[in-house]
Amino acid sequence: MALAMPEPDGAVLERRDRIVERLRAIVPGEGVIASVQAMRPYECDGLTAYRQLPMVVVLPETTAQVSSILQYCYAEGIKVVPRGAGTSLSGGALPLADGVLLGMAKFNRIREIDFDNRVVVAEPGVTNLKVTQAVEHAGFYYAPDPSSQIACTIGGNVAENSGGVHCLKYGTTTNNVLGCELVLMTGEVLRLGGKHFDSEGYDLLGVINGSEGLLGVVTEVTVRILRKPETARALLVGFPSSEDAGACVGRIIGAGIIPGGIEMMDRPAIHAAEAFIHAGYPLDVEALLIVELDGPQAEVDHLAARVESLAKECRAVTCRVSASEQERLLFWAGRKAAFPAVGRISPDYYCMDGTIPRAKLPLVLRRMRELSQTYGLRVANVFHAGDGNLHPLILYDANAPGELERAEAFGSAILKLCVEVGGVLTGEHGVGVEKRDLMPEMFTEADLAQQQRLKCAFDDKGLLNPGKVFPTLHRCAELGRVHVHGGAMAFPEIPRF
Amino acid sequence: MTDILKPDKMPQVEEAVRWALTHGKALEVLGAGSKRAIGRPAQTDLTLDLSGLTGMLLYEPDELVLSARAGTPLAEIEAMVAASGQELAFEPMSFGALLGAPSGGPTIGGVIAANVSGPRRFKAGAARDHLLGFTAVSGRGEVFKSGGRVVKNVTGYDLCKLMAGSWGTLAVLLDITIKILPRPEMELTVLLFGLDDGAAVRAMTAALASNCDVSGAAHLPAIVAARVPSIATAASNRAVTALRLEGVAPGVAHRRAMLERAVAATTVAATDVAATDVAACGEGGAIEGSASRELWRAIRDVEPFAAAHTGADRPLWRVSIAPSKSAALALAVSGRVSGSGDAQVLYDWGGGLLWILPPPSRDGGAALVRSALAAAGGTFPASGSFAAASGTSAATGFIAGGHATLIRAPAALRAAVDVFQPQEPVLAALTKRVKESFDPKGVLNPGRMWAGV
Repeated sequence: MALAMPEPDGAVLERRDRIVERLRAIVPGEGVIASVQAMRPYECDGLTAYRQLPMVVVLPETTAQVSSILQYCYAEGIKVVPRGAGTSLSGGALPLADGVLLGMAKFNRIREIDFDNRVVVAEPGVTNLKVTQAVEHAGFYYAPDPSSQIACTIGGNVAENSGGVHCLKYGTTTNNVLGCELVLMTGEVLRLGGKHFDSEGYDLLGVINGSEGLLGVVTEVTVRILRKPETARALLVGFPSSEDAGACVGRIIGAGIIPGGIEMMDRPAIHAAEAFIHAGYPLDVEALLIVELDGPQAEVDHLAARVESLAKECRAVTCRVSASEQERLLFWAGRKAAFPAVGRISPDYYCMDGTIPRAKLPLVLRRMRELSQTYGLRVANVFHAGDGNLHPLILYDANAPGELERAEAFGSAILKLCVEVGGVLTGEHGVGVEKRDLMPEMFTEADLAQQQRLKCAFDDKGLLNPGKVFPTLHRCAELGRVHVHGGAMAFPEIPRF
Repeated sequence: MTDILKPDKMPQVEEAVRWALTHGKALEVLGAGSKRAIGRPAQTDLTLDLSGLTGMLLYEPDELVLSARAGTPLAEIEAMVAASGQELAFEPMSFGALLGAPSGGPTIGGVIAANVSGPRRFKAGAARDHLLGFTAVSGRGEVFKSGGRVVKNVTGYDLCKLMAGSWGTLAVLLDITIKILPRPEMELTVLLFGLDDGAAVRAMTAALASNCDVSGAAHLPAIVAARVPSIATAASNRAVTALRLEGVAPGVAHRRAMLERAVAATTVAATDVAATDVAACGEGGAIEGSASRELWRAIRDVEPFAAAHTGADRPLWRVSIAPSKSAALALAVSGRVSGSGDAQVLYDWGGGLLWILPPPSRDGGAALVRSALAAAGGTFPASGSFAAASGTSAATGFIAGGHATLIRAPAALRAAVDVFQPQEPVLAALTKRVKESFDPKGVLNPGRMWAGV
């Protein structure tokens, strides 16, 4: 794999034994893992193409331990890579050879459930699904539902600003987190937010969400919980073309209806899913929409009828409305199994994650078919149609020489296409190492420099998760210099009063 | 008189900031000036007036997205999206009535910079949740952008969140892209009469914990309710607790019945049953259409505490707190229930937002409001581990469970007391470093939030 990571620091590696010993003093017992065999499970995350053993793994249990570890590493100039459950699809938790891997798995308790204020206070290693499970007896749930929710942790969700299929209506992680406890690289601990809304000062909590573990280590998260809607119904609508399906999504939203979820699948994805799950998907259509409406029964029935009639106006060829909870779940089963379903028809697949303005979908799908021919690889598409988040699955065989490289090149071409039509490189999987070198497609040098200056405000030595997100590492002192061009003129052109 | 620079072309903004940077000048960054009287009094050399940078850049109703120059009046944007049956779902308030601001209303850039929101905050979010992308000039005189025009985007740090609520101290916004949403087809507000503050908060909590999808929950003690024309007659000198439902007609009707059941259960269970007019929860206790809209506009813009009612110099505080603590906080400030003392309180966000007129005092109520907030919301260190790890265990007295801002006060008072809440040392130092990462020489609105920021 041709991926340039920061050069390992030989001086740090030489001190490895002393570093391990020092970490053992901070986290006694089995909390420090130093043998190659025991560190093996940590060598990669969900982006398995990239692997690297860390220098040492440490699994703290308290905020005080996290603080001491970071304080020590800061003083000694040792890099640190934080990790939740390791489900990142962009290599955000990829270890560094000369870095401490800071695993947060032992922070796995829910600290408080507060129904009056509709929040849950959880440690970062609690899984996304566990939050919902902790409150569902009272009719509540936690809205963001990334498809890895059974395994991914709340701390990781904060780091990646994770989404899911209900983002259009209920927002992503950043819209559902009210507070956190954060440890800076210096070991300093601070609290952002709480059970109340909005930051009074700078919205640092908003910046922490989606910062991919580069700014601080989260040791506690306060999330909002919502009351479960009374009911939900799904419509399964087939179209003769993706253009028609895309237009229908626009019509539904234009009519003032914000469904709980709108998913689209293209022909290859429909066929793969149907062959695997037998959900009753129509096979003679080019695009399939799953439109889910949630709320009180009367409202859902009313809106379902409206969506059905809009679908017919948009040339839908099939339309089924779920008549039972069982049928609704069946409609979803195919979509939720789309990745493994594609896994059945191909030895390997590479999942992409660009977002595009929804109206550009037909253009993007057409161009993607052309790219598919150019690279000689098949592609299946599943799409969070409501918010424009596209997940093309590139089918390849890692054992066939050159196919992985071709798949990666195809993936890059797709992401560049997303940016070209006004979209972005990543909607919910993060930049990590995977899209790091594509950042200049979307951002100018000035844009990236300003983001890195913000990083310097949190981590002036650049020790926290370096090599992720930014294609080029700069020293903070260099970034901080002020160069003024053209400032000497007395702005004669600006109207003055 | 301060010089005013009023760019009418984008590059002039960059030029102005660079000029200020070179000459060691500080700029007051201004939109329409509707919130100019919020914050520490400006110590700037020139005013950079952005109200000349106007114009819609993009509006695609089906895509739920709009881009505009930062100086575009909010009213213009609202009128445009309303014509397509859409709205800014975060319901940005206007400070006009409170501050006696110039007519014409705020610019969209000002709305973003102050992270403005409205009664729907707990359901729909604030400006921070709707800003998708922006272009700005940093205090370094460099143009940069962040975000994009799509809702789902995790490419790089989310600087949109940082811009929202930075009060022009980090960068000068040039253009912004925001999320637009469909306007609900109808609204209806269930009114409960005569609840004391504690019972009202319990009723609002029950409403928000129900699956009725409530989009507004406010409590107006009697003296406050009497100043809102759309409900004053019905209230007849009683407190009013208002719960808003929005959506399609069949859904609203269905949820109204559910809501009345959910709320009746709590008000009957409340200790002070006698004060509750349970009958009012029935047929007569609801308004819809324009009456409902007027009520929520009055709550949104805090009209009962407008200068016309209270005097333009009466200090006014805005407090964000965990909803369940709000009644205790109000009680601590007023010394008695229902805001009947010298203090007056308006509850929004189900109790999560309090507008407080403290009793007259030399510090504008700063000590009273902040000590009450500390008592209700808690102070640092919040936990044992926090204290042990931070090494700042003695740094108590900093409020952890909410924040209080002095929204209205004469300039002399705003210079004398902390307008924005004092920050604990670790956060204050980080805040300063963040400021310096965008504006190392303190060119943009220096000192508006805190000294040295």
